Amino acid sequence: MPRSDIAVTDSLEYLSILDEHGNLDRELEPQLSAEQLLDLYRAMVRGRRFDERLLDLQRQGRIGTFPPIKGQEASQMGAVFTLRPSDWFVPAFRETAAEIWRGRSLESIILYFNGFNEGGLSPEGRKDLPIAIPVGSQVLHAVGLAWAARYRRTDEIAMVFFGDGATSQGDFHEGLNFAAVYQVPAVFVCQNNQWAISVPVSRQTQTPTLAQKAHAYGMPGIQVDGNDVLAVYVAAAEAAERARNGGGPTLIECVTYRLMMHTTADDPKRYRSDEEVDQWRQRDPLPRFAAYLQQKGTATEQQLAEMETRVLEEIQTAVESAEKRMEELGDPLDMFDHLYAELPPHLEAQKSALAGEIAALGKEVDND
Amino acid sequence: MTKMTMVQAINLALRQEMANDDRVVLLGEDIGRDGGVFRVTEGLIDTFGTERVLDTPLAESAIAGMAVGMAIYGLRPVCEIQFSGFAYHCFHQLENHAARLRWRSQGRLSVPMVLRAPYGGGVRALEHHSESREAYWAHTPGLKMVIPSGPRSARALMVAAIRDPDPVIFYEAKGLYRAFREEVPDEEETIPIGRSRIVREGRDLTMIAYGAMIRPALEAAEELRATDGVEAEVIDLLTISPLDDTLMLQSVTRTGRAVVIHEAPRSFGPGAEITTRLMEGAFYYLEAPIARVTGYDLIIPYFSREKWFIPNVRRIVDAARRTLVS
Repeated sequence: MPRSDIAVTDSLEYLSILDEHGNLDRELEPQLSAEQLLDLYRAMVRGRRFDERLLDLQRQGRIGTFPPIKGQEASQMGAVFTLRPSDWFVPAFRETAAEIWRGRSLESIILYFNGFNEGGLSPEGRKDLPIAIPVGSQVLHAVGLAWAARYRRTDEIAMVFFGDGATSQGDFHEGLNFAAVYQVPAVFVCQNNQWAISVPVSRQTQTPTLAQKAHAYGMPGIQVDGNDVLAVYVAAAEAAERARNGGGPTLIECVTYRLMMHTTADDPKRYRSDEEVDQWRQRDPLPRFAAYLQQKGTATEQQLAEMETRVLEEIQTAVESAEKRMEELGDPLDMFDHLYAELPPHLEAQKSALAGEIAALGKEVDND
Repeated sequence: MTKMTMVQAINLALRQEMANDDRVVLLGEDIGRDGGVFRVTEGLIDTFGTERVLDTPLAESAIAGMAVGMAIYGLRPVCEIQFSGFAYHCFHQLENHAARLRWRSQGRLSVPMVLRAPYGGGVRALEHHSESREAYWAHTPGLKMVIPSGPRSARALMVAAIRDPDPVIFYEAKGLYRAFREEVPDEEETIPIGRSRIVREGRDLTMIAYGAMIRPALEAAEELRATDGVEAEVIDLLTISPLDDTLMLQSVTRTGRAVVIHEAPRSFGPGAEITTRLMEGAFYYLEAPIARVTGYDLIIPYFSREKWFIPNVRRIVDAARRTLVS
């Protein structure tokens, strides 16, 4: 009997609740209150408008390089919205809307992208990690956090974000494997935005979905329309619930699209067509959700417009306060802070050498 | 006081810290039921259970990365990497995250983890099982790099490493694991990280070494006393980074002569930093060029030729005599 069938999990769900044409599956529609729906919408609009403002600031030379999130507001907000304040949020670097939702100030994000370490401060009292730039490396931290949360007998979970490119990294595979072996309360959210800089997802993997990789590790996976905030919310809420109740980890693939460049240093015209981008613009998560809110009677067009105006004011205030703050910051000696709990003697010596250099210059220090 | 091997001494440190503090958890390959390939964690799973002694799947990067998450949460994970030659998988997590998260978060988060790994030659092992690459870790800002030289220092430093608020790479000379026994106090003992010590006093010459090189250095010092009437001082660094240069500078200021000894390859090795510190801090007291006795700038050969690679008493004595003639 050399060959026989082995039963393995191979069924995979795709979830879509509100499509780009406004079709709604009422059976699957989540029961969110008007307040929750408006919170979600406001967070998505804030992410979008802030992203646009950051791009302006970058093009004007007022901040450095940053990774725009435009087009991915639903996939990150639908997921992070299911977290409790006591849960752990582990971002990659394209989750700005989610970070703001968790309490990170707009001002700190501006500081961060203008080269000030002070902008890396996560919100006080929140268990959020700072952004992780080496692709996929943060996946393992979420596994450790989730393991520790269970070890401490809490009902906290850890939710980690990463992109399609990260699923090629060893840390992704090792992280999912460890998470499943230890059945830790973690939710893995892949924002499949189709492009890892210039390499399309079809060149990252031979499998038709990223979600199916969950099966290799013995955990549930699901693919959702990442531009449908309701679908992302439902999938994430199920995964969070399962994790919290001892059911182990889940992989969620949000199929979305990066409408802008990888970072402001990137030119996407080198590797993808305008037609492709235009097609994805038709599936923009924001207008779809706005139309849903109006149809449902949650808000009028006028009310949504007013909300947007308030968001723009909030952004303006943040830009002004960040620029003011940056004038006060910039003592070069601060670079010696926070490397170790206590500064070791060799660094004391190096710090005083720099202090001496600054004193010898005898004038105001210019960071440029 | 109990006489014990370095394996038993590290086991004692882990056992006592685990008993004192439920934040201490162990993770690594084969550390549970098997007690680790060198038996350093022997019996700990019986006392503390599988919840605190984790036999992990075989992935070193994940061991380090998961420990980063545990440490951020507030636990005190102690990872075992089976051989330091396999620790390079962890490099990415340690360099990019463990070493930086305190800094990146402006002090809001910290990563109080320990990564233990056996290093160095002397046990007739296969390729990848005999390297001394402490310089990699010592070069990374944000990490601490510790190497004990025997059972008592291993126990005391391990306790300090577990309690340290920052990530500590802890290399254990596998050649010392069962080489000798030493009295280790039953009660708690720690050695502060970042502090070297004098293990032999002398007025004529300063030897600076650590880990497995302390014993040949001490033997060489005895030989120099017996045959040349020379008294060599021997400094045991114990911590490679942050490097404590106070004792070595005081010593060389008195002796005017120094020999730096390590098993690691010579170029860009710890000896380069040690020598520079001596040049910067004691140049006008030096009577002779500083000598280095180190491994060659080679991959350590398979064990049939290993003894020709690792610094020995003869080479240390020869180097000392060279610094004494000028």
